Amino acid sequence: MHYALEDYVLDIAQNAVEAGAGLVGVEVDETDEAVSVAITDDGVGMTEEEVARALDPFYTDGKKHAKRKVGLGLPFLVQAARQAEGSFGIESRKGEGTRVSFSFPKGNVDAPPVGDLPGLFRSILCLPGAHEMTIRRTRTSKSGDLSYELSRKELAEALGGLERGDSLAMLRDFLVSQEEDETD
Amino acid sequence: MAKMTLEQLRKLREDKKQDLTRREVEGKEIQIIVGMGTCGIAAGAKQTFDEIVKAVDEYGLGADVIIRQTGCMGLCYVEPTVEVVMPGMPTVIYGKMTQETAKELVRKHLVEKSLLENHIFDRPAADIVKK
Repeated sequence: MHYALEDYVLDIAQNAVEAGAGLVGVEVDETDEAVSVAITDDGVGMTEEEVARALDPFYTDGKKHAKRKVGLGLPFLVQAARQAEGSFGIESRKGEGTRVSFSFPKGNVDAPPVGDLPGLFRSILCLPGAHEMTIRRTRTSKSGDLSYELSRKELAEALGGLERGDSLAMLRDFLVSQEEDETD
Repeated sequence: MAKMTLEQLRKLREDKKQDLTRREVEGKEIQIIVGMGTCGIAAGAKQTFDEIVKAVDEYGLGADVIIRQTGCMGLCYVEPTVEVVMPGMPTVIYGKMTQETAKELVRKHLVEKSLLENHIFDRPAADIVKK
């Protein structure tokens, strides 16, 4: 079972990359009341029937794990959103791509914690593949606002790749610094 | 920490690059591959990954080591799993690699060039080895 919101985002971003996407977009918008996430990809997409199956915990297409009988990523998220009185949506078109969105009210005791966003962003930026990934992050709060956008290709160019140990350590510092309030 | 720009990141990399001397290890690279399937994530693979990056940096091995993510390695019962491919050492999949044991793995396997006992679970499964 996933613990934090970051775990769900990592899971869905992995799905997007594995769906052959050339472009994956991740948006994380936060206010004092709620946190909303949308993950959009231009991968293979799904038919209505395939979307219904993706939400069934006892179905998997067997492509990732030949002998596995369950596919728990999205069902975990749907259950968590329902328990916390949040929302979940999925739109997909075969051959065009998929958009998964969800939100959690922060005040609900069942809402998962947001987790370590710099760590999450590094993990999804470093997913293997030749795709582009963009991250758009906003926070509007009484304690301070922030807003930034990241591009996987720009970061890879700045760091000379995203796989070497020293690049990964610098990327982490860079991502932590992006979470600084703009009002500071 | 003040917000860093992309230009500052580029400069930081250039500065760091001058400080580091890459060691050629029989002309091959050291690879650390962390299992980040749903099972791995649920068991704390993200924290393990983070700790490995920190430890590799602390030991000054950052320029020599490639750290990658992969899906489930088929050893869900001992997640988080970490595969280490290093010239001169047998390729090993380590299991139960929590945040606490990740640093120990870097010290034992990469620095001391000995295996981390009690955490060896497999060699790579045939279906994930590139032939």
